[in-house]
Amino acid sequence: MSDNTFICRCEDLTQEEIQQVINEGYTTLEELKCKLRLGMGPCQGRSCLSLARRLICQNTGKSIAEIELPATRPPIIPVSLGVLTSDDDERD
Amino acid sequence: MMKEIEKKADVVIIGGGINGCSLAYQLAKRNIDVVLCEKRYFGSGATGRCGAGIRQQWSTKENTELAIKSVHIFEQLEQELGQDIGLRQGGYLIAVHDKKEMKKAEKNVEMQKMLGLDVKILTPDEILDVVPILNIKGMHAIGATFCPTDGHADPFKTTFAYANAAMKYGAHLYKFTEVLGISKKNKKIVSVLTDKGKIKTNVVVNAAGGWSKQIAEMVGIKLPNKPFRKEILVTERVKPMFKAMVISFKDGIYFSQQDEGQILGGIPIPNERSGYLTSPTFEFLQHMAKTLTRYAPPLKYVKVIRQWTGYYDVTPDARPILGEVDGLKGFIQCNGFSGHGFMLSPMVTKLLTEYISDGKTSEILENLNLRRFKGKKLVKEVSVVG
Repeated sequence: MSDNTFICRCEDLTQEEIQQVINEGYTTLEELKCKLRLGMGPCQGRSCLSLARRLICQNTGKSIAEIELPATRPPIIPVSLGVLTSDDDERD
Repeated sequence: MMKEIEKKADVVIIGGGINGCSLAYQLAKRNIDVVLCEKRYFGSGATGRCGAGIRQQWSTKENTELAIKSVHIFEQLEQELGQDIGLRQGGYLIAVHDKKEMKKAEKNVEMQKMLGLDVKILTPDEILDVVPILNIKGMHAIGATFCPTDGHADPFKTTFAYANAAMKYGAHLYKFTEVLGISKKNKKIVSVLTDKGKIKTNVVVNAAGGWSKQIAEMVGIKLPNKPFRKEILVTERVKPMFKAMVISFKDGIYFSQQDEGQILGGIPIPNERSGYLTSPTFEFLQHMAKTLTRYAPPLKYVKVIRQWTGYYDVTPDARPILGEVDGLKGFIQCNGFSGHGFMLSPMVTKLLTEYISDGKTSEILENLNLRRFKGKKLVKEVSVVG
């Protein structure tokens, strides 16, 4: 990985950008979400969260187990608003 | 490593949401020695979970005045703090559904105009000029009220900007620091105990949002606040379609499109009850999807990517509790915002700063003091959504 490697593809975040925010003292995944929108795109952090977690470990000396993962938010995959209203269709 | 906590302070603020951080900034700017304790990270409670709308259209004079003055502060806040807060003023469009509601709307608009607000009543055609994707029939609207200077700011950016500015002025902000107890002596605050040590102080500000009630209980003060789980969702990013926040007091819905393109909004689920419930519900997702697509049919093709929850710290009159508690010197309330803490924070914290640093009170602080719940008839804020 280089500084320009993309960590979060949904939100266009490189290792360098994440590194910079960790240096500013935002050393939890929740804070990286708030600060950078890391993991807040359509994939909901499937690939970036574990990569970012390793960056935090490298910088803080903490172990993977000590870095909490953010809460998983439903839905697991994106669902259209139309589909979510669909139980009405039978009555139409 | 977390450095050891300060042994004493002029003021200890409990809660690192928008109100706590903004108050820390303003007090520190006046050379007051401030310590702020936040149980998790800044903005981790209601602030970072909220819709972050900024509305000046209210039914009570106090809220309207607080909101108008807060918008003036928001408008120059990026310059003042030297950081981006993501302010966008696309207006709030409040749907009016029937004649009875229109009468109330006219009364509110009249009061708001008297306080200097640029607000007007729209016809159905004019509604579509503001938000073209709305379906007037579907939303059952006979009109709307619209204030173009209402809007939205980024709650994370704004909170972090205040926190950073506060630290620049010498405030000590501690995250991941929990308050375990507060001590009083002769009806005066004397210290705060945290999991990082004890801080001597004569002034404590309770800005703990949904947990304010527990903080007050530490000194035997009973607040009437109740935490309510509120749900919200966000969609994928789509092309910009409208700039206003659309809300309805009757349906309880609010939604807007963010600068980046996502649609964000919420609605109360029927029969909601108070308590510390955290999990998002499918009931909300369905109710929101049905109402939202009834208001804006083209959104049925847009995908929801995430739903989450946060607490409204709700008071019996849906208005905040501000200022010093009678009978306990130095115990100051900044809570009970009932879902409106973000948008009122700039002015609320300004008034509290004037009270704490100069002993200066104001009509708003007096009217919103905790003592209003003793017996007298309450003036309810009825313009509430979410």
